[in-house]
Amino acid sequence: MTGRLIRNTILPRLNRGKLGALPDSVVLNGLGSRIAYTTDSYTVSPLFFPGGNIGSLAIHGTCNDLACSGARPVFLSLGLILEEGLDLSDLENILDSMSEAADQAEVEIVTGDTKVVPKGSADRIFINTSGIGMIEHDSIFGTEFVEVGDEIIVSGPVGNHGMAIMLSRAEFSFDFNIKSDSASIWPVVERLLEIGSGLRFLRDPTRGGLAATLNEIASSACAEIVVDETAIPIDKEVRSASEILGIDPLVAANEGKVVAVVKKGMGHKAVSLMSECELSKGACVIGEISSKKAVRVVMNTRIGGARIMAEPTGELLPRIC
Amino acid sequence: MTTNDQAQAAKKLVKDIKVLCSRASKPLKFMEVCGTHTMAIHESGLKSLLSPEVTLVSGPGCPVCVTEKRFIDHAVLIGKKFDACLVTFGDLIRVPGTFGSLSDFRSQGGLVKIIYSPMDCIDIVSKESPRPVVFLGVGFETTSPTIAATVKTASIKGLTNFFVLPAFKTIHPPLKILASKPDLSGFLLPGHVSAIIGSDCYQYLADTFNKPGVVAGFEALDILIAIRDLVGMASADEARIINDYKRVVRGSGNLAAQALTDEVFEPCDASWRGLGVIPGSGLSFREPYRSFDASRNLLVDVPDAKDDPRCRCSNILTGSLQPDKCGLFGRECTPEQPVGPCMVSSEGTCAAYYKYGTVN
Repeated sequence: MTGRLIRNTILPRLNRGKLGALPDSVVLNGLGSRIAYTTDSYTVSPLFFPGGNIGSLAIHGTCNDLACSGARPVFLSLGLILEEGLDLSDLENILDSMSEAADQAEVEIVTGDTKVVPKGSADRIFINTSGIGMIEHDSIFGTEFVEVGDEIIVSGPVGNHGMAIMLSRAEFSFDFNIKSDSASIWPVVERLLEIGSGLRFLRDPTRGGLAATLNEIASSACAEIVVDETAIPIDKEVRSASEILGIDPLVAANEGKVVAVVKKGMGHKAVSLMSECELSKGACVIGEISSKKAVRVVMNTRIGGARIMAEPTGELLPRIC
Repeated sequence: MTTNDQAQAAKKLVKDIKVLCSRASKPLKFMEVCGTHTMAIHESGLKSLLSPEVTLVSGPGCPVCVTEKRFIDHAVLIGKKFDACLVTFGDLIRVPGTFGSLSDFRSQGGLVKIIYSPMDCIDIVSKESPRPVVFLGVGFETTSPTIAATVKTASIKGLTNFFVLPAFKTIHPPLKILASKPDLSGFLLPGHVSAIIGSDCYQYLADTFNKPGVVAGFEALDILIAIRDLVGMASADEARIINDYKRVVRGSGNLAAQALTDEVFEPCDASWRGLGVIPGSGLSFREPYRSFDASRNLLVDVPDAKDDPRCRCSNILTGSLQPDKCGLFGRECTPEQPVGPCMVSSEGTCAAYYKYGTVN
């Protein structure tokens, strides 16, 4: 739905070149040094969830979009839209989390704006953050550099954020200890940059999870990706929750993970570099670019079968049993 | 069992199945009755392993898929007329009705809540009181006992604003119709439903229709073992009922759950999407509990609903058409913009084909 709105309504009016590629952030030249620039808006229900809240998410999300362009996050702007009647202590908690998350990510909020709108005009709080990041290396990456044989790496267990949000919605009363993985991934990207030109592409698998990101890579690189089900890391609790709710952890969002495509033969080195970082201790190679004859993601299953990993659609809904 | 062991076990089972298939006198086609099996088969890539010797077709065991469009209309009309809070399991909210889906109703300001356990209704009822809270009662024998328990709790608590709009289904009546189809060699029988109703009750498939049936669990290996047993019987022209899911399913089932359902509900005729009215295949409230029946107490006029004539869900639900042979599949009918409920439900056959595709 959002995708259609962007393609049919927004891009035709506003795209003058750079916007059309829908990058996580755009690299700008000619401003003295190479910088990356991005913006993102955050609405989440519930506002507070295990492992974070809308505030920390708004810092991490924007930092991560910069990091995926290879840029070290430096400055953020902050736009707050507050619904009249929002509990002041909730706002304070959200701002405290933002402060902590920004300090940890070593970014500074340097400009901002606050609007209070009448009750009913917003859902308690909406946040927009824009970010500027510095590109301090010569690597250029993008799906146009992806080649057959390239290896695909994920930085750790997937599905935690989406499952934590799903479980913390008031409708469910399950006793799982699943926390959002929300975190700034710049330290992981910084390690990966050490492999130089062997790094082909980076993306944070947020909305739509690993399945959406892999399909996006397959589609923009015009390639077939084959992944191995048994190689994809998924925490035991996330797997149990996904079985009960009937929700595939591969389509559940992540907020502190990276999917990287690296040159054939460099997967092992990339994983060992990533393992030096606490956030990506669980990094592993999960598959490869297998051909350029088809555009799809194939998953070899644990019992030796094969099936398509499709692009997720619509809202995640628990099934009827 | 390690992943490697699982892969080895699967390899051996597939080999055994193919050897047994070579002894069969005709092509083997089995129906998996349950939607969870459909998804598990696609998700684990079993189709790619068993093709072309064994054909698996999906049956009418996805509760959302067999729910009529008119039921969605009925729910929305009750929501509108009585300003009711509609409570449902997740899958149902995107099924298109004549006036849009429950999701559309919600975006127009209607109150629709998604729950996982029917017992959650009790909390919602006290929070929303005096607004009527209507649970959309869709599901098979697995679901009906939990709803019966919720109704009993509501009755004990004396709740007067809780209702259920019943569209429950039972599995035997349609199974009897499908068992008479000559091209089906046997049935992969449901795991969850059988945990309630047991495995003994399927004996008529063997005795009356000469069709083998195997109750199976949901792991890929569970399903492969069941298929091996089905192929073994079908290729030897044997018809028995085997329970391969003994860790969960007993011969007589869960008697307490059966008694609970029986106390609150009684059999009635029910209309199935794609199959029409099947006598005795639904559940309606017994007399002491009829005050909870939304269809009796929150009266609305529900016009007949017309399905898109191009939608082939009816053929798909009876295993006579593969989803990708439907003209709408993947073009006008996608999970984002579904025409029929088989594309909506996470356990729908069309959704499974769309999501997991065909690799070979």
